[in-house]
Amino acid sequence: MRPFSYDRAHDLASAIRAASAQVEVQNRAPIQFLAGGTNLLDLMKIDVMRPERLVDINPLEDSLSEIVADGDGLRLGGLARMSTVAHHPDVEKNYPVLSQSLKLAASAQLRNMASLAGNVLQRTRCSYFRDVSWGACNKREPGSGCAAIGGVNRKHAVLGTSPHCIATYPGDFAQALIALDATVEITGPKGERRIPVHELHRLPGDTPHIENTLAAGEIITAFQIPRKAWAKRSLYLKVRDRESYEFAVASAAVALDLADGVVRDVRIALGGVATIPWRAVAAEEVLKGKPLTEDIARSAAEAAFEPARTHGENDFKPELGRNTLVRALLDAAKLEA
Amino acid sequence: MDTFSPLKAAPLSRRAGTRDTIEVVLNVNGRNHRLAVDPRVTLLDALREHLGLTGSKKGCDQGQCGACTIHVDGRRVLSCLTLVAMVEGKAVTTIEGLAPEEGGLHPMQQAFLDHDAFQCGYCTPGQIMSAVACVREGLATTDDDIREYMSGNLCRCAAYPNIVEAIKQARAEMEEQP
Repeated sequence: MRPFSYDRAHDLASAIRAASAQVEVQNRAPIQFLAGGTNLLDLMKIDVMRPERLVDINPLEDSLSEIVADGDGLRLGGLARMSTVAHHPDVEKNYPVLSQSLKLAASAQLRNMASLAGNVLQRTRCSYFRDVSWGACNKREPGSGCAAIGGVNRKHAVLGTSPHCIATYPGDFAQALIALDATVEITGPKGERRIPVHELHRLPGDTPHIENTLAAGEIITAFQIPRKAWAKRSLYLKVRDRESYEFAVASAAVALDLADGVVRDVRIALGGVATIPWRAVAAEEVLKGKPLTEDIARSAAEAAFEPARTHGENDFKPELGRNTLVRALLDAAKLEA
Repeated sequence: MDTFSPLKAAPLSRRAGTRDTIEVVLNVNGRNHRLAVDPRVTLLDALREHLGLTGSKKGCDQGQCGACTIHVDGRRVLSCLTLVAMVEGKAVTTIEGLAPEEGGLHPMQQAFLDHDAFQCGYCTPGQIMSAVACVREGLATTDDDIREYMSGNLCRCAAYPNIVEAIKQARAEMEEQP
């Protein structure tokens, strides 16, 4: 690991100020916030991330890790740990997709460490990104090319790709948040703002090294989840190469508002198949106002993967993704609202 | 977008005067240790290289194998992905501090012996620390749950069936005498 200096933040404002005057963007910025450390320290050990200074925000845990559940919805602090939220009785009962997406991710130890905000911002597992001996990675070194296109790309994305990057977004929880129409609370040098979770991540386009819409110094302080009709009839289905402690090859977060078997409203977000947590709006539109039959679910899945572009080893992903979404929808329809 | 007034900033605290060394008071197994270390030093390296507590093992050093599992304030975490500076003021428990002071083994340690729940033994301290936490979390209910909630501890000798049996034996004893 390269040398860095270490500071502790004792209030939010000083943490923000410490990181706000940076020219380099986001993950290449010399000053990084340290929360759980499970992604950042790993990437520093393998020399993918090279910050000069870490600002430890864990001392802010008391104010930034609250879990508040009431009639209006749920508010989850950005520093709340994955395990705490996953096993929270209110989350398990009323927002099952959130609890499931967390329990099916990582290991018990990592879930005890990792923060919600860090989880949502976690970086791709693309082997070319993680191995600095490969020269070509536009995410790591802008303009250097993409070794995954034409390379070993079985786990790579088929949705939201660009000629510059096909790296898969590896997380699960962001999809669950999107399926419940959640909002991100952000505090930064210019104050506080709120955006929908599905506007947090950026498509790679021709700047795959810029992964989200956060500005320098901004911190995710909380996630707000409204208590809507679909929250209880929600689930996360994760398909992977082994049964536990593995990233998704394909996954679906779905939340259904059903009335007499007819879809009143629905939210769908896909994992393992896209460059960002992927909201499948086209699939939602197919379902709205229709009875949730297997045929309709199949049509929705076709719509979701219509824009898919495969790259050889991942040619199987659209079919696996469609089947995953169909099963998730049909299973969700069987849940009690 | 809602905008609120900017916050007032207070200075950050730095524990030491130089860039390369920080002072940390580390509480391990009930004892305080004062260390002056490079900020890069992980909790695992501090335990092994600075305090001589070599029970916690370095397997992958990347948070994938679980051999370095220890408890911080009672929660199982990976000491290889924790900077020692991050645990100041917290209580660290390692395999060396698991058994009671007055002697004898912790029920989980005894159960691993009784069930031959290892071959080479390298992953064992991490397995035992993880297993103790798993039982205390109330998650070691069925065989499937034990396998699921112990999946962060790899055993390349594949002693997994015996580990499950050991955890079930220790669970019964721990539930009698928590």
